[in-house]
Amino acid sequence: MSDVAHEGTSGVPPEAEDTSWRQRYWKKNLRLMIVLLAIWFTVSFGFGILLIEPLNNIVIMGFPLGLWFAQQGSIYVFVILILVYALWMDRIDDEFGVAERNGEGGYK
Amino acid sequence: MTETQFWTFFFIILTFGLYIIIAWRSRVKETKEFYVASQGVPTLANGAAIAADWMSAASFIGMAGLIAFLGSDGSVYLMGWTGGYVLLALLLAPYLRKWGKFTVPEFVGDRYSESVRIVAAVCAIVVSFTYVVGQMAGGGIVFSRFLGLSIEWGVVLVAVVIFFYAVLGGMKGITYTQVAQYTVLIIAYLIPAFAVAYQTTGIPVPQISYGRILAELDALSTEFGLSEFTEAFAGRAGGQVDVFLVTLSLMLGTAGLPHVIIRFYTTKTVRGARYSAFWALFFISLLYLTAPAVGAFTKLNLLQGVQGQGPDTLPNWINTWGATGLVTVNEDAETIQTVSNLATSGADLIVNNDILVLASPEIGGLPAPIVGLMAAGGMAAAMSTAAGLLLVISSAASHDLYFRVIKKTGASEKEQMLVGRIAMAVAILVAIWAGINPPAFVAQVVAFAFGLAASTFFPILILGIFWKKANGPGATAGMLSGLAFTATYMIYTLEVFGTGANDHILNVSPEGIGAIGAAVNFTVTIIVSKLTKPPSPLVQEMVEEIRYPQTRTAAVRS
Repeated sequence: MSDVAHEGTSGVPPEAEDTSWRQRYWKKNLRLMIVLLAIWFTVSFGFGILLIEPLNNIVIMGFPLGLWFAQQGSIYVFVILILVYALWMDRIDDEFGVAERNGEGGYK
Repeated sequence: MTETQFWTFFFIILTFGLYIIIAWRSRVKETKEFYVASQGVPTLANGAAIAADWMSAASFIGMAGLIAFLGSDGSVYLMGWTGGYVLLALLLAPYLRKWGKFTVPEFVGDRYSESVRIVAAVCAIVVSFTYVVGQMAGGGIVFSRFLGLSIEWGVVLVAVVIFFYAVLGGMKGITYTQVAQYTVLIIAYLIPAFAVAYQTTGIPVPQISYGRILAELDALSTEFGLSEFTEAFAGRAGGQVDVFLVTLSLMLGTAGLPHVIIRFYTTKTVRGARYSAFWALFFISLLYLTAPAVGAFTKLNLLQGVQGQGPDTLPNWINTWGATGLVTVNEDAETIQTVSNLATSGADLIVNNDILVLASPEIGGLPAPIVGLMAAGGMAAAMSTAAGLLLVISSAASHDLYFRVIKKTGASEKEQMLVGRIAMAVAILVAIWAGINPPAFVAQVVAFAFGLAASTFFPILILGIFWKKANGPGATAGMLSGLAFTATYMIYTLEVFGTGANDHILNVSPEGIGAIGAAVNFTVTIIVSKLTKPPSPLVQEMVEEIRYPQTRTAAVRS
């Protein structure tokens, strides 16, 4: 099963029984998810709670660094993580021909 | 009428009028409009509606005050209530939107079994109800302070306005009023915050400038017998373990709260659900990144204002707030030596957490219109969340319980709408009663709802999407054990239902127990699912199906 056969939205119908693209799509989704959740855990539970005391020894603009991660930094990162997820999933959707871009997608 | 009261009336009437106009224009006739706004809400508007739905009286009124006294450990609320959106966006929202019906119990009903649906509907009602109490109490505080009404009548007034637009417009009315309410609440929150930051540090960006006052704040706090703002694990008795568990509970609870999840059902597409999550957290972060700064600035101004003063020479705001009973002064003290947020501490000045934000313009000496705006913002936060919760209660009671269990067939569209509206009316009446007799601080009441959401919904939703073999008996056992475990511990450690409060076991506070309850739920669901028959191929195919945004272009599949 080659990737090429299932790329794009060219409108060429794949063979009716073939659902192997679904596993590959799902695997890519899961991989992205795991990477983003690892970052999520590191900035919040890692820097903001587990390592807060050592990080607090570094002070930037009046903020002890651990406190800054707990009250500011982690939230900035969360917002970026969700944006990256949405943008990246758009790419994966395109790749597998399941994108919903037309006026927010093909609402049925 | 004082100048503050004039401006409060002005902004309250202006904003309430706006909500009512919006509600009237978006009144609905069909159940699909009533429950999910016809799944036609644009991404950006949905993000703002989620943010308003989400940011409650606790976020607006209570949170900065809690952070002011908890200091560094206030991060449990900041990270917990925002970090949950990452879980929601990545693990739940797109898949639940793809499945796309009306309620959260409906998903688990289709995915697992009818009995799970009933358990889920009951859990949704219990969780939303616990949470709505805090909103009602918060609204009552605003009215009693700014308009001179008693807290009881304040609660009733809030309920009447919500009743009007929620019963009339259902999800559609709620959605567009929430967009307006977000706008009101964020303006009301940011203007005083920027003004106080500018006044205190000369830099009008509170997120950056509150670093400059932290050293001074630490010194003053110690002087008044409080812990340092920047010291980690000083604000919570349970220390690091507890901070970890509370943060995790709030995150899992955020991702599991039915009133937040159903807001993702209203987008046009799965892609729309993903971007809604982004806009939601973006809008939420505007307030959450500001709250710790508001807490720090207000506490600094408060302490500076009472430093070296006696009971007779205290700033004016202490007298005006004293009338609500939320600020008390020891009249025998020569000068104010100690300050606390705990009623039982015996300190010379006791300030309830819940007033700090609402009083921040007065404490910082800002003009009356800003005080009035703040009141309107607090009302917007309380009302938008209460409306979203009441919709969950009403849809769970009418759609998932009444029409699935009691009257199974032959309900006309008109009848369904009527039952939905009656359910909402009943919910509002009970909420009024509970709002008048709230069990604890506003923000804490809400934290308990999170524990319950984390230990019931989150695990079975995650397993429902990511593990095809999770089945009905497993989910029923998991949810019930998670609920029983968490509720038992909360009742054991809290003085809420007339029971005595016992000591915390292993330093786990009742707010942090939800994370352990979730683990119990996960474990029980997996073990019972393994021991019983796997779900039907049809259900397994459904799980497969919700993982993809839409049927593949040109591939004809059924």
